[in-house]
Amino acid sequence: MGARDLIKLWPVYRQLTGDDRLGRGAAAESAVTRGLRPRTATADKVVKSVCPYCAVGCGQQVYVKDEKVVQIEGDPDSPISRGRLCPKGSASLQLTTGDARGHKVLYRRPHGTDWEELDLDTAMNMIADRVVATRGASFDWHDDEGTRVRRTLGVASLGGATLDNEENYLIKKLFTALGIVQVENQARVCHSSTVAGLGTSFGRGGATTFMQDLQNSDCIVIQGSNYAEAHPVGFQWVVEAKARGAKIIHVDPRFTRTSALADLYVPIRAGSDIALLGGIINHVIGTGAWFRDYVVNYTNAATIVSEDFRDTEDLDGLFSGLDAETRHYDFHSWSYEGLDVAPASGDRDSGYEARIRESGRGESHGAGGASVGEGEPRTDPTLEHPRCVFQILKRHYSRYTPEVVQEVCGITPDLFAELCESLTANSGRDRTSAFAYAVGWTQHTVGSQYIRAACILQLLLGNIGRPGGGIQALRGHASIQGSSDIPTLFDLLPGYIPMPHAHAHQDLDAFVAADAAEKGYWGNMRAYVTSLLKAWWGDAATAENDFAFDYLPKLTGSHSTYETALAQMDGVCKGYFLMGENPAVGSANAKVQRLGMANLDWLVVRDFSLIESATWWKDGPEIETGELRTEDIGTEVFFLPAAAHTEKAGSFTNTNRTLQWRHAAVEPAGEARSDLWFTYHLGRLIRERLAASGDLERDRPVLELTWDYPTEGPLDEPSAEAVLAEINGYGPDGAHLSSYEQLKDDGSTSCGCWIYCGVYADGVNQAARRKPGSEQDWIAAEWAWAWPANRRILYNRASADPDGKPWSERKALVWWDAAKGEWTGHDVPDFKADKAPDYLPPAGATGPEGISGTDPFVLQADGKGWLFAPAGLVDGPLPTHYEPQDSPFDNPLYGQSRNPVRQVFSRRENRLHPSGSEPGADVFPYVVTTYRLTEHFTAGGMTRWSPYLAELQPEFFCEISPALAAERALEHGGWATVVTARSAIECRVMVTERMTPLRVQGRTIHQIGLPYHWGPNGYTTGDAANELSAIALDPNVHIQEVKALTADIRPGRRPRGPALPELVREYQRRAGITERTGTGA
Amino acid sequence: MGRISGPLHDVAGDAGHHDHPPRMGFFTDTSVCIGCKACEVACKEWNAIPEDGLTFTGMSYDNTQGLSADTWRHVAFIEQRRPVEPPEDYAGVDVLGMAADGAAADFRWLMASDVCKHCTHAACLDVCPTGALFRTEFGTVVVQEDVCNGCGYCVPACPYGVIDQRKDDGRAWKCTMCYDRIGDGLEPACAKACPTESIQFGPLDELRERAAARVERLHADGVPEARLYGADPDDGVGGDGAFFLLLDEPEVYGLPPAPVVTTRDLPSMWRHAGAAALTLIGGVTAAYLAGRKR
Repeated sequence: MGARDLIKLWPVYRQLTGDDRLGRGAAAESAVTRGLRPRTATADKVVKSVCPYCAVGCGQQVYVKDEKVVQIEGDPDSPISRGRLCPKGSASLQLTTGDARGHKVLYRRPHGTDWEELDLDTAMNMIADRVVATRGASFDWHDDEGTRVRRTLGVASLGGATLDNEENYLIKKLFTALGIVQVENQARVCHSSTVAGLGTSFGRGGATTFMQDLQNSDCIVIQGSNYAEAHPVGFQWVVEAKARGAKIIHVDPRFTRTSALADLYVPIRAGSDIALLGGIINHVIGTGAWFRDYVVNYTNAATIVSEDFRDTEDLDGLFSGLDAETRHYDFHSWSYEGLDVAPASGDRDSGYEARIRESGRGESHGAGGASVGEGEPRTDPTLEHPRCVFQILKRHYSRYTPEVVQEVCGITPDLFAELCESLTANSGRDRTSAFAYAVGWTQHTVGSQYIRAACILQLLLGNIGRPGGGIQALRGHASIQGSSDIPTLFDLLPGYIPMPHAHAHQDLDAFVAADAAEKGYWGNMRAYVTSLLKAWWGDAATAENDFAFDYLPKLTGSHSTYETALAQMDGVCKGYFLMGENPAVGSANAKVQRLGMANLDWLVVRDFSLIESATWWKDGPEIETGELRTEDIGTEVFFLPAAAHTEKAGSFTNTNRTLQWRHAAVEPAGEARSDLWFTYHLGRLIRERLAASGDLERDRPVLELTWDYPTEGPLDEPSAEAVLAEINGYGPDGAHLSSYEQLKDDGSTSCGCWIYCGVYADGVNQAARRKPGSEQDWIAAEWAWAWPANRRILYNRASADPDGKPWSERKALVWWDAAKGEWTGHDVPDFKADKAPDYLPPAGATGPEGISGTDPFVLQADGKGWLFAPAGLVDGPLPTHYEPQDSPFDNPLYGQSRNPVRQVFSRRENRLHPSGSEPGADVFPYVVTTYRLTEHFTAGGMTRWSPYLAELQPEFFCEISPALAAERALEHGGWATVVTARSAIECRVMVTERMTPLRVQGRTIHQIGLPYHWGPNGYTTGDAANELSAIALDPNVHIQEVKALTADIRPGRRPRGPALPELVREYQRRAGITERTGTGA
Repeated sequence: MGRISGPLHDVAGDAGHHDHPPRMGFFTDTSVCIGCKACEVACKEWNAIPEDGLTFTGMSYDNTQGLSADTWRHVAFIEQRRPVEPPEDYAGVDVLGMAADGAAADFRWLMASDVCKHCTHAACLDVCPTGALFRTEFGTVVVQEDVCNGCGYCVPACPYGVIDQRKDDGRAWKCTMCYDRIGDGLEPACAKACPTESIQFGPLDELRERAAARVERLHADGVPEARLYGADPDDGVGGDGAFFLLLDEPEVYGLPPAPVVTTRDLPSMWRHAGAAALTLIGGVTAAYLAGRKR
């Protein structure tokens, strides 16, 4: 460069000679500035991925430079997220590349006081040894009554909703083969009641619609969900609907960021939603606002119920069939008239049905409705018969008047009227309304029935299966839908096939006969089960050995994560895997979780950082209070660093039931590995050990397991695509299957999860399809793949009238093309493509052929949407308002206060509160509800370590109204201590008018909001809200009640050391709490 | 050329950029902001801005507190109870009842993402003695970190209190409207992340049209309080490159109601100073001459 050029670079020269005489623009530009290139432009490659946080499933683009991730941002091609990300998704670069992640295996020896380092190989071999030893020592061939169970209760695992479908598949497959039944994940504690509620109502347990379709809604009711905060990017579709003129309603105990954008905010007392929904149902029926043609044709409104049935109207809050002593319902009297509901297999051993009831089978209706028995139910299409479902429904909800709604929920008649009016004015032939809910509904002792109430309402209004309608069950983990579909859940096999229960004469035929519905697609259950067994045991599964059905371990009741924690305390369960879940702060009654872990022989924690579940033995709350001493704890702890979503390939199933494939961007660093790698290699090591020295008969299921996945790359990563192909299934010729309609029950097909059959059709990974949303209509059928069969709106046959014509042009979705003789439209028809609207099943037809051309709910035994659930739920055929386990009020509707068959465990560590008019209830006068904030995620394992997120919500706080602050002398910004019979925690005080005191039963009730993200570890720390909650469960699915508790609140910080449990004991004494408290009606 | 106040159509051209792209800007529509703070995080991730303190402020959900050297997007949260409309005649009116009743209906929670305004007349840039602050070809105002010497003159010059010095290195930092990204045809990180399109990025002329239509629509939908802030080229800074749709007075959001470029009066100040100097010289001269006469 010559001197002249150098001079030209001098800004002063440029200022004097150019047009920028003041030197404020072009002349001032420096060489560095001129050379700026964004790192997105200099990256070596861009990898398509999916956000690992909530279940919206936002598309991500991962930029890689020199084998390092340098930037993660939204993928504009995604029709779901349109390139946008929330703060958590935006912080996923920090999550995956930040220094909070561990990359070394750590080991805590029994009674050790600190971590030691261990190499990964040694750790894997030690873990394999532990599994083999513990399994060997605890293996049971038979239960106490001598029934064959072939299992171990010595080992358990928890976690899966943050993992990939392929990982969940391998975990469930390996552990089931080992005889481990206590396999659970976040789906239990988040949305298990969704599966039961939606499944029994419609036949499938997933959201009936997809988020993008909310843009077509005329009214959206968000209740039991803080949509804008917990699913911010999904909320764009609500904003879109609002921009198009839809009315947005938010019903919630707190005025949240969702309420801020709603047209109508309705404050409600936590735990009273069924009373509100029942009130709306009563309004809809009473004012004739229900959609008669839809209801008569598509629901079971006309079906006549057994004359033995007695409603809560007759029995003061109970249904017929209650055995008060065992606290179980015999639900035979709830059945349809004229149907034989006796189990088809006949010779049941005594106690079998009781065990099934105890376990609850609600979740097994996730992809197939409950069986209603053999025969044709009687109907009265005029809906006049006093025992038809419609009349029973009408009578059941007749007492849910606006006055009762006010009395129970604290909602004024004016607000209630506006809510009803908005919903009914926007439902019908030409208009549709949608409901969106989340864990505000699911996490109750009557959680499944909350969902059922919304199902009934949406069926009455004709809003299911139609554009702009439906029920969106907003899921909160990247693949929590997937971890239900391919369940790391104790009671399910892939595709919502129930885990078999122990039974004297159990074989495949008896198993299928007991559960398969006579009609509808669930009638083909034997094909689904056989194909699964073939996928798992290949050539070893033959017709002669019942396709290895006996290899499956058997249940003898409930083995949910809560029962597992108690079994750990009782010394039954000795080994525990935690894979991406943090129960030490995230599960109800966190103390029980920790005490359980403190009683284990060994614990394996796979996570990014040292979460509370990994370190409780050295710095947990019990160490501080002196209840436990590190040196006394014998649990051996392995910490194995996990690979991040950018470091492994696999699929997540989002809240739309859509499977989206992520490609691996980089290899995991250090000793971090995927859970696919961990499970595969653990299985390999265990098989080596068992082959060498095992008990062949016991170990056959493990040794004969198909476990030969190809591995790739420097780390021997098993091929996730090979696993997905197995899940999809193969035909007799070895070709990839394309539809579950191809599955056979003769062993000629294999399929790891029948509802996912088609995801690898034609040998193409359909989940990896990424045709830009901008090049498709709103259905975006060529973006990824949704179960079932790529249908995006379920039951969409109902978008057309019985003749097959759209109810209205404005709401057309799928219709019958008579000329072509097939169903067609915007979405893939959720119906047999060539079944004409006038098809009537011939006498005696079973399976799909037994369903008529006007029955949209093809997985239901009668093809109908169920207003009344004659089977499938253990706590009643109709949702009924019951008070939460711990409540300041008696039930004003009935003598029965609480769900009569709820599950309670009164143990020293899990004491319950007096409620309503019981003496001592006033010691805990306030309602507590727990929730998420936008800035954090679940129990905090993926956000509390992130500085960018921590600074946005840096401390644990409670939200209270100014009136409560005055009543308890709580100072804004100061400290408060919140106390229950379980524990006491401290938090900062946020006094806000967003918390509204309500008038309920003539008195003012205050509610306290507690975000549950915190714990003692991480970059931002605080007490965990789950120290306060109790284990009190919905009997259908064992989900805990953490959305409505009672508590006391007082100013100041909580006591330290032994003074903390002493404070709790003092409260227990003041409230007169005994082991019987809270266990009655 | 070289105007420092008043309407100015071609800001980039005025700063010596030839054949420059259209002026780019932000339109932040606070009526659809959900307060998620994705903008704050996306900005920090892209620009590698340090975390700047874990402080529970109690100011609603705002723990960021304001724009600074280490926060280039800031979401304000305003919990607000609108006053009950006073009746014409108080006879027979249950005032306390009215106050109690209106509880839910009259409550609102405003959220707004604030950012550097990229003023048409940017005082920070006018006072910068090193040329670190410069006007880009997009009409935006950017600090060149390789030039800034940390003198801090720009800090008091900003009428919005945006630009700030980082404590550990002393240099001035603020939003660059992702100068590197937009130069490559990308959106700024905050606008790209924003889940509800509360933050929109584009040619300023287009954004102003879109914003005017949005205000009209909101007025028609019964939101008469919707108004634009910073969109007027005749205002004290010649209009902002980043402007806002607000649902209340700017002060409610912590924004100055009528910002003026702090250098607006520089020419007249210089003129006055010159006049004063001349007067002084004249006076001294006169006094000297008068003295000589004596």
